[in-house]
Amino acid sequence: MSILSIHQLYKYFGEHIALEDINLEVPRGMILGILGPNGAGKTTLIRIINQILKQDRGEVKFQNERLHRSHIFNIGYLPEERGLYKKMTVQDQLIYFARIKGVPYKDAQLKVDFWLEKLSVGAWRDKKIEELSKGMAQKIQFIATVIHEPKLLILDEPFSGFDPVNAALIRDEILELKERGVTIMLSTHRMDSVEQLCDHVALINKSKLLLHGAIEEVKERFDDKIFEVKLQASSFDFPISWQVVEKSDLLTLRISQSDYHSNDILSQVMRFGEVRSFGFLRPSMEEIFIKQVKASDHG
Amino acid sequence: MGKVFLVIQREYLAKVKKKSFLLATLLTPLIFPTIMGVFLWMALEDKSGSQVKIIEVVDENDFFYVQNNDAYVFSISKISKEEGKEKVQLGERYGFLYIPKMDLGNPSGIQYYGGTNPSMTLITSLEASIKKRIEDYKLMQQGIDPSILASIKTSVSIQTLTVQGMGQEAATDATLNYGLGFLTGILIYIFIFVYGNQVMQGVIEEKSSRIIEILVSSLRPFQLMLGKIIGIGAVGLTQFLIWIFLISALSAVVMGYFGMQMPQQTAMVLMSPDVVAMPNLGGFSQVALALQGVNFIQLVLTFVFYFLGGFLLYGAFFAAIGAAVDTPSDAQQFMFPVTIPLLIAYMGLFIFVLDDPDSIVSFWLSVIPLTSPIAMMGRISFGVPIHELLLSMGSLIVGFLSTTWLAGKIYRIGILMHGSKVGYKTLWKWIRSSS
Repeated sequence: MSILSIHQLYKYFGEHIALEDINLEVPRGMILGILGPNGAGKTTLIRIINQILKQDRGEVKFQNERLHRSHIFNIGYLPEERGLYKKMTVQDQLIYFARIKGVPYKDAQLKVDFWLEKLSVGAWRDKKIEELSKGMAQKIQFIATVIHEPKLLILDEPFSGFDPVNAALIRDEILELKERGVTIMLSTHRMDSVEQLCDHVALINKSKLLLHGAIEEVKERFDDKIFEVKLQASSFDFPISWQVVEKSDLLTLRISQSDYHSNDILSQVMRFGEVRSFGFLRPSMEEIFIKQVKASDHG
Repeated sequence: MGKVFLVIQREYLAKVKKKSFLLATLLTPLIFPTIMGVFLWMALEDKSGSQVKIIEVVDENDFFYVQNNDAYVFSISKISKEEGKEKVQLGERYGFLYIPKMDLGNPSGIQYYGGTNPSMTLITSLEASIKKRIEDYKLMQQGIDPSILASIKTSVSIQTLTVQGMGQEAATDATLNYGLGFLTGILIYIFIFVYGNQVMQGVIEEKSSRIIEILVSSLRPFQLMLGKIIGIGAVGLTQFLIWIFLISALSAVVMGYFGMQMPQQTAMVLMSPDVVAMPNLGGFSQVALALQGVNFIQLVLTFVFYFLGGFLLYGAFFAAIGAAVDTPSDAQQFMFPVTIPLLIAYMGLFIFVLDDPDSIVSFWLSVIPLTSPIAMMGRISFGVPIHELLLSMGSLIVGFLSTTWLAGKIYRIGILMHGSKVGYKTLWKWIRSSS
């Protein structure tokens, strides 16, 4: 079941079309990666879901209800451009962010205690943000996003500006939140984090949704069914359709699966030498991303 | 409304907890009593122990006489002009007054030589004594005894009273009303500028530190803007009230120390030059009487109303400007249209309102919401008909609601715009756009 349903969504800025006919279901409890080049419309879509902008046409439903101000309590948002009040203490700041999301004061205090301990920044609660290191401030920023325990968490480039240690920490937190049933929308350029974290992806380019679905399903769809074989070759008299990728001690070959059944390929390959490895060459999300964006740019 | 309150609370506490706020709030009121104290101390010191300055006077006419006083002693001699100048040069004399042989009907050529520039008071008093001596001489020539003329001179002072609706009479004083109108009008002018600027700085800070996007995903931009304006307005009001309290208390202490125990307000009014110039004690009692006639509760309440109303009205403009720009220096181009009506109100206060509070120009200045917070304060102590006051207050409420609405339209788009140069055309586009 979807936590968020987007139906025929349009957004214009003057003459410019920022989003065009976006239809997207965000499945509950999953991590959805929103991919797309700069200026594709990702942030506009995220801002509409956060009710910072209003769509010109179409509908967004949160848990089957038309998006409404009261849903703010259930959504957490970490924007790409983010910051904190430099002169405010960690504790005051987190309580403030929790309270403007609708958390009562007493609960906010308890939640702040919990999260400060969890990310081991408890000793810094009375320090001002300007006194913290960058990494420390980033942790506080993350806490500010999740302090009200939202059901839907929207993270726009969550790892940008994070050092590797903190990035790993945040990644673990994201996975833990997912375990607890939180749905996460992740907009990022980092394909490695998409492969590691996401269950679903949606690819936006030039204000249109190019594709979306479960990662495995998308990969399957864009799988060219190619085998990659590493071979200690004794003979080089291959069929022309076999592509030689690398020629060193070991020969790397790519063979399109559509021509043959896999067993046939294996038995054929064996005739040309000793097979060292044999497997499907699955496309990476990065390859799919680049290919699709290029195709839509030229189309 | 709950969320607006949270923003107000944050803005208020963030500002009030700052060291700079504490310093400004506690030190500024000290400045007035300190300056007053220093001057009183100097004046007393001056009178008791300072050296008397000797001024050499050479009168070729053998006619003039200058009276000695606490500060200056005049030594009349028959030395030459050159010798006189030399005495000043050598430091034997503070100054040298030279009166050449002249026609008393048309006195000219009088010169004063000094080691330093003489004070206005000295020159004025010298001129006055010479003038008086010539006038007395001319009167005698005409056969009039100057003492008879002096006895004819009469001092008249009219006590003004206003007759109020219920038939009570209240003593008023034009100078006092002028002083109160002047003081409260200027205070509102200064507060709008100082705290309006703080609103603008606050918006720019939230925009440039990129907190804004997190905030507007939790609050409506309008709630955020309103909370910020009201929060900072409350800081201004707090500071103002503390100042009034501290200035009153400290001035009373300073005054008391120097043995000038008198009601605080009377002392403040007496410090204005117009009142000091009053020749007799009758003036003092009149001011004291008029002070009793001033409706301070009404004055304070209207002050608070116009202070808040004016601040909300202009605060909205300042917030919109902050939202439209990236840095304070970019804000300059938009400050002009905000400064102009404030300046008009300020000039109007002096030229029209305080001069004639009931004139048609004063009426309009105190009704149009852009100028009314300053202009109405100029009128209020003179007494304003209740229907005019209600009209002015009503239009100020409508005024700040409209500017806040207008500013909200600029604000909600401006805060998300980074790095683009914004002109008036863009602002107009934002105002017209629906979302």
